[in-house]
Formats: sequence, structure tokens, C-alpha cells
Amino acid sequence: MAENISEISSAPTPLIQLRDVSKTYRKSGTDITIFHNLNLEIKAGDFVAVMGPSGSGKTTLLNLLGGIDRADAGSIAINDEELTHMSESRLSRWRADTVGFIFQFYNLMPMLNAASNVELPLLLTRLSRSERRKNVETALQIVGLEDRAGHSPKELSGGQQQRVAIARAIVSDPKLLLCDEPTGDLDRGTAAEILETLQMLNRDFGKTIIMVTHDPEAARYAKRVLHLDKGHFIEKELSS
Amino acid sequence: MPVLLKQILSVSWIGLRSIPQRPWLSLATIFTIATVVTVLLAFLAMSEGFRQTLTGGGSESVVLVMRGNAEAELNSVLIRDQVALLNSAPGIAKKDGAPLVSPELYVVVDGKKRSNEAKVNLPLRGMNSEGIALRENVTLTQGRMFAPGRNELVVGESLLREFQGFDLGNIVRFGASDWKVVGIFSAAGSVFESELWSDLAGVQSQFNRGSTVQSVRMRLTEPSAIEDLRAYIANDPRLNVDVVTEKAYFAKQAEGTSDIILMLGWPLAIAMALGALAGALNTIYTSVATRSREIATLRAIGFSSTSAFFGTLTESLLLSLLGGLLGSILALLFFDGISTSTLGSSFTQVVFRFDLSARLLLNGAVFALVIGFLGGLTPAFRAARIPVASAFSDR
Repeated sequence: MAENISEISSAPTPLIQLRDVSKTYRKSGTDITIFHNLNLEIKAGDFVAVMGPSGSGKTTLLNLLGGIDRADAGSIAINDEELTHMSESRLSRWRADTVGFIFQFYNLMPMLNAASNVELPLLLTRLSRSERRKNVETALQIVGLEDRAGHSPKELSGGQQQRVAIARAIVSDPKLLLCDEPTGDLDRGTAAEILETLQMLNRDFGKTIIMVTHDPEAARYAKRVLHLDKGHFIEKELSS
Repeated sequence: MPVLLKQILSVSWIGLRSIPQRPWLSLATIFTIATVVTVLLAFLAMSEGFRQTLTGGGSESVVLVMRGNAEAELNSVLIRDQVALLNSAPGIAKKDGAPLVSPELYVVVDGKKRSNEAKVNLPLRGMNSEGIALRENVTLTQGRMFAPGRNELVVGESLLREFQGFDLGNIVRFGASDWKVVGIFSAAGSVFESELWSDLAGVQSQFNRGSTVQSVRMRLTEPSAIEDLRAYIANDPRLNVDVVTEKAYFAKQAEGTSDIILMLGWPLAIAMALGALAGALNTIYTSVATRSREIATLRAIGFSSTSAFFGTLTESLLLSLLGGLLGSILALLFFDGISTSTLGSSFTQVVFRFDLSARLLLNGAVFALVIGFLGGLTPAFRAARIPVASAFSDR
């Protein structure tokens, strides 16, 4: 896997482009507008933290970028592919090729061991069993869990489970990592380790990372912080 | 291996590995389906056993002649002159120069079941030595054959097994006369094993039938000779009789009762299957509900909705197949080969064994899979349509 992970991109064209994106939910007969004409550009190789109050649309934004939710209007282009009109099956293939998800609660398959969990995205490729095994080993090495390959999620700590989830997200070498509160369920020390791992993936392997978080400490690991408020972004530069 | 197939196998494997997370619900589904399959197989084995017993004794080369329009031997009467005319009919095989013709009298006598002492009707057949020669696979297993004019009986093994009082050497009373059991015979489990046999003249005399008989059995030179025989009968107005092959006769006799068993069995099995279907539906819906986050995760990773559909359906099919296998094992243990008797179309008992063949077991497995397929279909659609984003927001 390591050989396949792309080097830091210096391409100037944005990896992610949102144009006039609108999203409305209907709840109890009332329309709730999350975004109205939202615009955003994120360059390849960026590490962006998205913050904002509850209900500001952080997770909705992540879902739209990951192609697991659809915008009502506007255009979402990622890696030069327009998501808005993609069929469900095309979106599934696109997700498999382009995006790695990291969730707050890890979402590992409890009945599979760490290696089998990491292998899941590779089952969507034409790689042979030995190639898959090699890539899984590399991904687990990157997150420092090569000696836990045979352990089930129950036998791992929260931090280790999140590392397995990160290995699963990067094993098929996607350009984009979408992280939804990746440290929300972890203690401060473990959270720092996870965030350092994400930083390393961004720095050393050129992964573009969008991370939703409530935690200002976590946001400090990103290159940029975007604050979502009432459906609009307010960008804040980080001091260091 | 194609990627989609790999996806389906992976999702199926994950689903199957998650079954231990729902042990009681899964076991309940397996046992419910097992019960349905056991009941269905019991009925099928009963019907099959009854049919095999009746048709197993029938030959294409032996014909049965009865009075015109008589559906069964009990309704038929043939007089001595008719028997004499049949003796000289064409197409009849001969042995030592004599035609192989067996005039037979079929009367009903009382008996008692061994299991519950219930009174039943048993068939007593009067015939000569030609009658025994006409029946294939008949062998004496104990004692000797009856002797003419001595009120002696030989008893079929099936009849001996199911009804009391017919052990070798016993004296049995029918009406005003006593009969001695001098032999036990087997007839390869066919319907003849449900009969008592004695000599024709003795039965005619003790049951006041004069010189009449109820049927005449004849061996043909070859199966096609039945046409010559029919032509002969049609040309002689004294012969107001019907002629059928023994095989066709027994097939028709089997039809009614076998169909009744199936007509009871299938609706009962289907009614029970509806209950099992509800159980399977509940189990698989619960599975999808408890695994919605796992399914959503797989979908987010890039697994297709098709793989989620087939993965869920596989779980349902596997549970039902396990239920089908368990049901088949239970049916084999508790029903295969058990002996029972029922009223045949001649108002006498026919003893038969439940016969659970490989074909019937396959029917049971298919029935279980149909329950699993129908039970898994709608939950599988639900799994395929899980809104990924909202599945993550529910915790």
C-alpha cells in the first residue's frame, strides 16, 4: 500500500469545489435549511478542520462530500468528478476509489479481526489475495498496529480501534479522508496520537483531510479551520 | 472472481458471522422452520408410503377382471360361467398346459389394532394355488401354505405387525367358524401383505357365497395381449366385465387416499409456513435493524446496495436451510419407516410404512428455502435502501 500512497500534491487546482450548494431537511412537516448557496474550495493536500455549533451542518457537509447524501441544488465536484448527478452504483464505486471515512465510533465490524476490517475496501478492487494481504500489512504498519492484525475489535482499546479504522480508510489509497469527530470518543492523550497520525498522513502521504470536530485542540492539528455558522463558512487562520 | 460476487460473499459472510449476536431469535426461526418441514415431510412420507405400498404390488402382465363398472373387488360379483369363459380367453399365459387364472373371493373380517385395540375391517382373500403363483415376490417366512378345505390361513407380515391375534398357530374366529394360522408370508411390503389368504372353496363355503367370486386374476402372455382379451370380452355378451392391469388398478386405488393425505398435508404445511414466514421476517428485520450501522459502513466504504441485498437474503436462506436440515433429520428420526394402517378404498385396512425418499427430503429443503427467500426478501430490500447518512446519526 505504501508504494501506492500518493506523494504530496502540488497541483493548484482544487480537489473539492462546491458551487451554490443548498440542502434542506424536512422534519415534522417543517423545512429546515442547512445550507443555501454554499461555496467552498479545498486544494489537494489540505488538512481542513470544520467546526461549528450543533446543527450547523458539519456532518451534513461531510456526508455531501463523501457522496452518502445528496444536495438539493448546486454542484459538488471532487477530483474533477461531478457528484450531483451520479447514480447510486456509480457513487458507490466513486466512494471506493476516492474517499476514506473515519467515524467517531470507529464502525468496525465486530466479528472480523483488525486485518479483515482493514481489508474490506480492497474487496472492491481486483487485487489478488496476496496483494490485499500485503496492502493490509502496510496500512497497519503506518498506523502502528502491525502486531494487532489478528485481534478482534473487542480486544483493542478505543485508540487502537480508531487506528484500525484509519488503516481501513487509507488501505485503498484514496485521495480524500473524511473524518467525523475522529477523537470525540477518546481521552486527550489518545486523541493526540490519532491526530498526529492524521497529520502524518497529510504531511507524508499527501492525503487531503476534512475533519469535523467540536474540539478546538483537535482543530489545531489542521492547516485551516472553517467555522460553519447558519449555513455559511467563516475561515480562521491558525497561529501555528 | 468478479468484484460484485466478492462483495456479495463478503457482506454475506459478515452477516452470517453476526448471527451469534442474535442467538435466540435465530434459533427460534430455525426451529419454527424445522417444525414446518417435519410436518410437511411426515405427510409426504405418509402419502408416498401409501402409494408405494399399493402400486408396488401391481404388475403390467397381470390383469384383474371384475364386474362392469365395479370400482373395487368388494363391489364386484362374477358367476362360475363367467369364470369358465375367462379360462378360455386368448392371450392368457399357461403353466403345465393350464391357463394361469385365479378366481378370487374378497371378504371383510373383523380385527383389532395392536396399538389401541380399535376394531377394524381386514381383508380375507380366498384363492387357489394359481393366485399365489400370480403374485410376484411372495415368500413364506414362517409355517406353511394353507391346505384346501381345512379353514387354514396364511397371514401377511404387515397385517401381523399391525393387528393382534394372527400369530402363527393361533385360532381365529370369523363369524361362526374357526380358522387356524398356519403360515406367515411377505410380499415385499406391497398391499398383499395387508391380507389374510385362504383357499377359495373354504371361504366361499364359510361365507355363504356359493360358487361366485369377486375377481379373476390372469397372467397375460405379454402386456399387449390385453387388447386381444378386451376384444374377446367385448364380443361375448355374457361377459359384462371390465379388465384392467393390476398396476393400473392399484394406481387408481392409491390415488384417492394418497391425494387426501396430500390435500391435508400441504394446506397444513402452508398454514404453518405462514407462521414460520412471519418468524423469519421478524428475525431478518431485526438483523437488518441491529446491523444497520454495519451495513451503512459497508455502503460508505463503497459496497453496493446489491451486495447488501444479497447479503441479507443469504442470512435468511441459511437460517431456513438449517431449519430445513433439522426438520429433515427430525422427520428421518421420527417418521421414516414407521408402520401404520388406514382404510383403503375397499373399506379394509391397508398397512404401509412412511417412506421418506431423497426426493421428498429435497422437497422439504426447497420448501424451507422458499420460506427463507420470502422471509428475507423485504428485509433485504430494506438493507439495500438503508439511508447511509441517517444510519450513522442513529446511535
